[in-house]
Amino acid sequence: MFDLSKNYFELFGLPVTYIVDKQALSERYRELQRVVHPDRFSNASAQEQRFSLQQATQVNEAFDTLKDPLKRAQYLLGLHGIEMQADQETTRDTAFLMQQLEMREELEKARGSADPHAVLEDLMQRITTMIKQQVAQIAVQFEMGTDDQLEAARESVRKMQFLNKLHSEAENLEAELEDAI
Amino acid sequence: MALLQIAEPGQSAAPHQHKLAAGIDLGTTNSLVASVRSGKAETLADEGGNYILPSVVRYTEEEVIVGQDALEMATRDPLNTVASAKRLIGRGLADIKQLGGQLPYHFSQQESAVPRIQTIAGEVSPVEVSAEILRVLASRAEKTLGGDLEGVVITVPAYFDDAQRQATKDAARLAGLNVFRLLNEPTAAAVAYGLDREAGGIHAIYDLGGGTFDISILRLNKGVFEVMATGGDSALGGDDMDRVVAEWMMSQSGISDDANHETLRQLMEKARTAKEILTTDGSAEIDLDLQDGESWQGTLDRNTFNELIEPLIRKTISACRRTLRDAGVATEDIEDVVMVGGSTRVLRVRERVGELFGREPLVDIDPDRVVAIGAAIQADVLAGNKPDDELLLLDVTPLSLGIETMGGLVEKIIPRNTTIPVARAQEFTTFKDGQTAMAVHVIQGERELVSDCRSLARFELRGIPPMVAGAARIRVTFSVDADGLLNVEAEEQSQQVRASITVKPSYGLTDDEVAEMLQSSFDHAEEDMVARKLAEERVEAKRVVEALNAALASDGEALLNAEERARIDQSLSELLEAMEGKDADQIKARVLDVEETCAFYVERRMNAGIHEAMAGHNVDEF
Repeated sequence: MFDLSKNYFELFGLPVTYIVDKQALSERYRELQRVVHPDRFSNASAQEQRFSLQQATQVNEAFDTLKDPLKRAQYLLGLHGIEMQADQETTRDTAFLMQQLEMREELEKARGSADPHAVLEDLMQRITTMIKQQVAQIAVQFEMGTDDQLEAARESVRKMQFLNKLHSEAENLEAELEDAI
Repeated sequence: MALLQIAEPGQSAAPHQHKLAAGIDLGTTNSLVASVRSGKAETLADEGGNYILPSVVRYTEEEVIVGQDALEMATRDPLNTVASAKRLIGRGLADIKQLGGQLPYHFSQQESAVPRIQTIAGEVSPVEVSAEILRVLASRAEKTLGGDLEGVVITVPAYFDDAQRQATKDAARLAGLNVFRLLNEPTAAAVAYGLDREAGGIHAIYDLGGGTFDISILRLNKGVFEVMATGGDSALGGDDMDRVVAEWMMSQSGISDDANHETLRQLMEKARTAKEILTTDGSAEIDLDLQDGESWQGTLDRNTFNELIEPLIRKTISACRRTLRDAGVATEDIEDVVMVGGSTRVLRVRERVGELFGREPLVDIDPDRVVAIGAAIQADVLAGNKPDDELLLLDVTPLSLGIETMGGLVEKIIPRNTTIPVARAQEFTTFKDGQTAMAVHVIQGERELVSDCRSLARFELRGIPPMVAGAARIRVTFSVDADGLLNVEAEEQSQQVRASITVKPSYGLTDDEVAEMLQSSFDHAEEDMVARKLAEERVEAKRVVEALNAALASDGEALLNAEERARIDQSLSELLEAMEGKDADQIKARVLDVEETCAFYVERRMNAGIHEAMAGHNVDEF
């Protein structure tokens, strides 16, 4: 197996920072899969095939984590000793929560509106902008790296979870509307 | 004892040995086989010069007939002639009834979840029918290439679920084939097109076959084909177009819904002919022989035809939109749209796809042959004939995988469009105090409710220590391998009680059923089974020896010290000695010993490989 002392960033030969060079990440990913992928071991012994399968799985998991801004933030917090509990994390920022409720209502109403596509597009645009803002904040928070800032990053991650969920619900509605045409 | 062979350092044991491999496109309507010969992939023809083998199998009292001869008898002998078995493979009877349209077969009602068709030669399952087709194609390849096939790549629709993939692999097992890989059809097409390997870019593959539809969005980069998202419908294709045309003919000519099998087959055939004529002509004349010697003549013009098939095309277009969204790309980002599958000859399909993507779709390679050619290229690489080839295919799971939780809801564990191989785990807990067992119901599909998704398998984890509700920690791990096949494991964390299954889908054959079929297809004699087992163990042992020798030659010096090397050599020579004997169990034991002895070496080699790949890229660069 892999050298387990290596974290995902080290595995990809990347610095342990929130901001990642996307192009380098994709290139390293392809280079690693070229070495470990099961297709490289179709003539090898069953044992090598098992190793290869495990490693290719690990490389996929690492890539999947590093390329996604939310998963990357959670993973990096973990490296800093902050383990997020998937179902128990929730923000107490009431202003943010109110705003989420309002946006959720907008999403509900989009379905029945005169031009649901336009309403939906506008809403999704705003959600995307808000997600980008969180990503920028998280980058700064990790850059500063103090305990307070890492706690703040954790709070940003919680908010991003809300926003991602809302965005995927909006996408589902968009798909539903398209299929109904 | 024979002398041991030692390869020259730096070379594998047999550097110039070309291994025979083939790619098989097992289609709903037609099947093909292709192979790389003298560096070029080509489809292989039968003695009569035909590349295409109709996927039709006819059972008579004396023999099994596959292909054109079977197809020609389909109308006259509908009950014993099985066409479109791919529509049935990996499905249960209930699914098949939902497929719509009437199938002219008699299914037996019985315990096995696999539908069986009653024929004059006994009952057959769709897996066995597919195995017959695979056998004919493999023997065609062996005749043409002049030797036994080392292995094959078989293509499946990207949108095939786990049950359908398992069943396809079972069919290959029945046909006695070594499957290197199940390859998704659109990915195979992308490989065949080559799609300018040097250039990067994002491409869409629109694959509408006889009975299945796939859309895949791929990113190409220096020989690496990364599937970004895939979508489709595993029960939508040219057959459905024939069906709507046949229904139109029925309503025009006044044929009733309960027409007999011969009439239905005739209708489907005439519908298909009309569809084909309309790819070049503006209208098609139809002549029907009705019962009691009557007949009906009519004309189907292209506009009417386009209207009839519009709902079907619309389904594919909406699948394209969803897949683009999953891939996170817009139509403007797509460089090329490649058309695959016989049904993309329908002009209206090309027009609508062109409209959606805003560019003329590519139709350069014969849409019938392109998938087999791509599979042959991949098979050649997997056989090890091109050690330096850069080709690497990274595919995804087409459908989300999850388990049933309280209230009949699905908890997704692996979302659709996750790159494979993948493993994900999730923890669950008990619902009642003192609960000691847990039923794990494995589900595939996108909907929230279990009842709207595909049930793949059920198994139980027993022996959970009694605790209050919610205290137990049960970790369920899903892993999907490079063929897209699922394995599920459940473990109670505190006591480490474990249960695992390779998902043998509810609608698949059980291992016993496969074993039984395998046995009945060979001679029953006991000694044959023994000989077969010995041959199998020897083949596996030979593989291990070859792989190890090649490894030792390339980096044995660098990675092993004298003591380690001596240990490995000792274990290897014991294996070689066992291979001279006739004891299959002994060979197997020695193989295991070699594997155990070499475990550290295999690990070291992989890490060295990774290290080398990453050499020059380290944190200092930044």
